[in-house]
Amino acid sequence: MRADRILLAHGSGGTMMRELIEDVFMGRFTDPALLRMDDAASLEVSGGRIAMSTDTYVVQPVFFPGGDIGRLAVCGTVNDIATSGATPLYLTVGFVLEEGFAVEDLRRIVETMASSAEEAGVRIVTGDTKVVDRGHGDGVFVNTAGVGVLRDGVDLSGSNCEPGDKVLLSGTLGDHGIAVISVREGLAFSTDIVSDAAPLGKLTAAVLEAAPGVRCFRDPTRGGLSSTLNELATASGVSITVHETEVPVHDQVRGACEMLGYDVFQVANEGKMVAVVPAEEAEAALSAMRTAPYGEDAAIVGEVSQGPAGKVYVATGFGAKRIMDMLVGEQLPRIC
Amino acid sequence: MCLAIPARVKTINENNMAEVDIMGVSRHASLDLVPDAKEGDYVLVHAGFAIQVIDEEAAEENLRLLKELDILETEA
Amino acid sequence: MKHSTAFADPIVAKHLVDKIRETAVTPVKFMEVCGTHTVAIARNGLREVMPETITLLSGPGCPVCVTANPDIDTAIEIGRQPDVILTTFGDMIKVPGSRSSLQKEKAAGRDIRVVYSPLDALTTAEEHPDKHVVFLGVGFETTAPTIASAIQEAQRRGLENFSVHSVHKTVPEALRALVNDPEVQITGFILPGHVSAIIGLEPYRFLAEEYGVPSVIAGFEPVDVLQAVWMLSKQVAEGRAEVEIAYKRGVMPQGNPTAKMKIEQVFRPIDAEWRGIGVIPGTGLGIRQEYAQFDALERVPVTPEPPREIPGCQCGEVLRGITLPFECKLFGRGCTPEHPIGPCMVSSEGSCAAYYRYTDYGRGE
Repeated sequence: MRADRILLAHGSGGTMMRELIEDVFMGRFTDPALLRMDDAASLEVSGGRIAMSTDTYVVQPVFFPGGDIGRLAVCGTVNDIATSGATPLYLTVGFVLEEGFAVEDLRRIVETMASSAEEAGVRIVTGDTKVVDRGHGDGVFVNTAGVGVLRDGVDLSGSNCEPGDKVLLSGTLGDHGIAVISVREGLAFSTDIVSDAAPLGKLTAAVLEAAPGVRCFRDPTRGGLSSTLNELATASGVSITVHETEVPVHDQVRGACEMLGYDVFQVANEGKMVAVVPAEEAEAALSAMRTAPYGEDAAIVGEVSQGPAGKVYVATGFGAKRIMDMLVGEQLPRIC
Repeated sequence: MCLAIPARVKTINENNMAEVDIMGVSRHASLDLVPDAKEGDYVLVHAGFAIQVIDEEAAEENLRLLKELDILETEA
Repeated sequence: MKHSTAFADPIVAKHLVDKIRETAVTPVKFMEVCGTHTVAIARNGLREVMPETITLLSGPGCPVCVTANPDIDTAIEIGRQPDVILTTFGDMIKVPGSRSSLQKEKAAGRDIRVVYSPLDALTTAEEHPDKHVVFLGVGFETTAPTIASAIQEAQRRGLENFSVHSVHKTVPEALRALVNDPEVQITGFILPGHVSAIIGLEPYRFLAEEYGVPSVIAGFEPVDVLQAVWMLSKQVAEGRAEVEIAYKRGVMPQGNPTAKMKIEQVFRPIDAEWRGIGVIPGTGLGIRQEYAQFDALERVPVTPEPPREIPGCQCGEVLRGITLPFECKLFGRGCTPEHPIGPCMVSSEGSCAAYYRYTDYGRGE
């Protein structure tokens, strides 16, 4: 196609839209189901239960150190499926493009999505495109929905946690949030930190294999570790305590959080997994994480206890305890 | 009221602006309020400005005094 | 050197706690006057390790919390003017005024932007020559010199579309108001380390000399705070009343003369209204005539609606240390970080927010 910017006509269902789909999307999303251009993809699913998830991605800026909205869109949904203990198989993708969005940028995003899907071992099998007037969309919004298959006997849930369980974290906290903030207008600082966006299906499969008693997985995205643990503590009616000194955090992430006044437990991650496992399986789960892709910095960071239901605590370096509270609204840079 | 963090002055540029390093993160900060700051100094940075040069010796001295507390402790 | 880790050493902290317990044998109330101290104490759970004899109170040290409704209402009204970009530190975005907040105004379509530094506001002004950029200048003496420097830089660059709505306040005279207040009974002050990095030791002398109240200038790491509490306990035990510096690496007795000079060049003392306390003469910083073109009150004059207070909100008493956050009838019942009624719950370092976030104290459940 010749246009270098998205036009309203590209969303109208006519020949220009066909051109966009064939050139930009089908040029890189080459799945056989997709190539048939039917309205629905018909797919093989082996016996068992289906896990489904959907997520919409609106990140600004669209391109950030270590990734882009496309990487998030694939990895985010893959990871949501993986948290249920299922093997992620198929993805749908829906684009809402703003009139004026650069076609070259769209090509970059499509490329990232295709390569991320290949890495994750998932197929992009069906899609949709819409175009909205200039000023009515932030460049591009992407929705993905995912389908995976759950083996029999796998029944993970955030409400399964029990006193005595250990809490594992697959790696360093805060990388994604800080990477995105570092290129936000007005806050720019330079750092080597890049987004950690990554597909974790292989990591969860490895942990499930090594520690079949695993209670649940959760990926600490928006709201950070704090939101995830507070949700788990509430769903299971237990208390969770995290040992501050055990939590892996890159120095530069710490530095950036100090500078802006951010709480690293509330900063978003896009390539990390929390696993709650029975105490006797914790070491096996940890080894499995550490040898799986993206899990090399995994650590046991805390434990579940009887305590007041729904409360999450941080045990500080000198034995004092404070509450790990959930994010309210946005984290903003502060002087106080 | 005063989130100010220690940062090392890496390079001083024109108009009193400097590149500072906070645990590996680089940002620019104004040295307008600390005209005597030199490259290599540690400064307290608040709202994009260095507000004071950190006295390294005083820091060491303070830590030394505090560490002696456990000597006093065991003597007591 | 890695200052943070050295001054957060748990072993040193433990020894300090032991010394404090040994020394603080009579009941005392120590007030910290710095929101950053409120957060440092809460986040590190320092209240739990204090002996029963020591009560740590939080005072009006959060410049966000003490910004009175009329000042916020004026900022909001400025933000409503056509072709104005209002820039602010993140701290102020959620603070409720009489009827609205900057966050609500932003949602309603006003151009309100959070910046990390007043210098970023200058950049915004340069990038938008067709708009007038106003910076909401909030903060104590730590922040005021940075705005003074930014104003002088704006002058140097010949910027015609930049001004500051100054609601800056100064600390020492507010301390005088606290010691003069019969309801407030403070044994000693933990003084703000970074305000003191600017103003030095002298402005606090009156506490010791006129009122016999001991005070210690403290840093913000856990060991810094504990060291200050220990030094205060010693003053009390030894019957002394002095102004001491615990935070020696960051505070010189003379403060920062360059910063002090810039504050004096750009600002002049005016009366200021402190939320919950009332007007404290001479504690505000107004922009001098020579810099009138950078004064938002001159460049974007507005008349907000008459201010009003929120019934039931006890921020005033909390700010003076008379009421503890969880003693406020609205704490956790109607006033939460998600739906704050008063600024003490909004500001990340407001006493109420710090209590709510970091401790279990009576969440109204």
